[in-house]
Amino acid sequence: MYLKKLKTINYMYWPALFLFLGIVFYPFLHGIRISFTNWNGFSQNYSYIGFENYKRLFLDTNFYIAFKNTLIYGLGSTIFQQTLGMGYALLLNRDFSGRNFLRAIIYLPVLISGLIMGYMWYFIFQYSDGALNDILIFFNLDPRDWLGNPSYGVWIIVAVNTLQYCGVSMVIYLAGLQSISKSYYEAAMIDGATPLQQFKYITLPLLKPAIITSFTLNLIGGLKLFDTIKALTNGGPGYASNSLSTLINVSYFRSQMAGYASAMGLVLFIFIVCVTIIIQKKFTVKEGEL
Amino acid sequence: MNLKKNFKKIFFSTLVIILGFIHLIPIYISLTVSLKRKVDLSSRWFFPKEFYFENFSYALEKAELFLAMKNSFIVTSLCIVLITSLGAMAAYPLARNKTLTNRVVLNLILAVMMVPPLSILVPLLTIMTKVHGVNTYWGIILTLTTFNLPLSIFLYSNFIHTIPRELEEAAMIDGCSQFKTFFTVIFPLLKPITATVIILTGVGIWNDYQFSVYLLQSTKMKVVTLAISSFFSQSSSNLGAAAAAAIIAVLPVITLYLFLQRYFIAGMTSGSIK
Repeated sequence: MYLKKLKTINYMYWPALFLFLGIVFYPFLHGIRISFTNWNGFSQNYSYIGFENYKRLFLDTNFYIAFKNTLIYGLGSTIFQQTLGMGYALLLNRDFSGRNFLRAIIYLPVLISGLIMGYMWYFIFQYSDGALNDILIFFNLDPRDWLGNPSYGVWIIVAVNTLQYCGVSMVIYLAGLQSISKSYYEAAMIDGATPLQQFKYITLPLLKPAIITSFTLNLIGGLKLFDTIKALTNGGPGYASNSLSTLINVSYFRSQMAGYASAMGLVLFIFIVCVTIIIQKKFTVKEGEL
Repeated sequence: MNLKKNFKKIFFSTLVIILGFIHLIPIYISLTVSLKRKVDLSSRWFFPKEFYFENFSYALEKAELFLAMKNSFIVTSLCIVLITSLGAMAAYPLARNKTLTNRVVLNLILAVMMVPPLSILVPLLTIMTKVHGVNTYWGIILTLTTFNLPLSIFLYSNFIHTIPRELEEAAMIDGCSQFKTFFTVIFPLLKPITATVIILTGVGIWNDYQFSVYLLQSTKMKVVTLAISSFFSQSSSNLGAAAAAAIIAVLPVITLYLFLQRYFIAGMTSGSIK
């Protein structure tokens, strides 16, 4: 009787399914169509131009800059965030006073909008009277245009993103560390293992699922990065710190190339899907492996 | 031995202070900037001798932060209602009834988590303009709900797996319909995971910028992130007021966090570790 009744409950996911079809899948398919046109985003007439937009992508230096930056934002902040998050987790897994306070402070920025956090950092990196240049001037050094310099801007965005979201990695690793039984470490100590050996042969392997989760979350977040860039450099100077997301924004609104922006959106989407699939295939923990 | 213990204590206290300060730098600097007059060009590392609170009243009024907070509150709360109810309802059959179709549906829904908002921006905005969903509550609410539903369905369906089927079978033998069984037996059991869903998606929606900036273009409809970003671009000459606006905008989040800290962190943990 139970199984028979089960068939009728499928209608319970219909409302959600309708939303996905209307707001994700239909626009997605529509976007594929737009990407083959020269539509400017508002006029009534436009024509199909085949693969012109895609060809143009491969010749566009701004696209290459944005693609490279997207990789830097994705991989850069992921690597720094894992390292910092792991360091904090190991530190804050110890017992000392002020521990809970520090955990709370590190996690706090996660809850603040990336845009507002970006504006707050802007007061520090700003040229004319930013807090960082105040320090340089105090030591009689020349102030620098941190955000207006293409080679600094990209890495400042990585650093700001890392500091804002390392709390996520920290929390994931802390939860992972707490699930490791103390008896492993006791046994290792009896055998005379050094703390470094314990970390390498006990902690790291047992944290593997947590590492994969944290890594994937960070990477996808970094590749999609938008708010922080918008607040700190707005993609500038010129096109130097654009990611694919901010470049799509520029192409659509400032340059009114909706067709071209749509093509770029598809490339970004395919890129993120490929990255995710590779991570899942390569790193998924097989059952029984641990 | 005692010396060593004391040394350790001092070492950790210093570490806590230094690291804590590094992470609070942006908020600290914004606070000092927000308390200074426009003409005060002293270093941002120091508070002014006299606090200048007018920046705050100016920001509240000029950036229309009350209106923005009201809009953010309406959008966030309605989204949460939809995400928890539609998410739990959708997760139930998808977790219990593992037919081929349902597995395909579940995977498609989870794939939405990977879609970068900007990648479907152009067509979404085109369609929303056509159905007059731009500058409306329902337009932004349906969009944000849809993009946050996968996470809630994922969390709910994982949780429903752990609920024994016998509970539902017993209810059905007593003559409950499927629908009634869900609302009287399953839904009350989902409370702990509902809290996680509310926290995770609520924070994301309150902080959303990418969808809001396109779908809410009229000034009457602006939400907090939009109010701050337009105020920042207007007041490049009055950074004190801009900093005050940023401080006001994060105040509700910080206050809520201080009271519910434990739940926020627990929510994050159960959300990211399956």
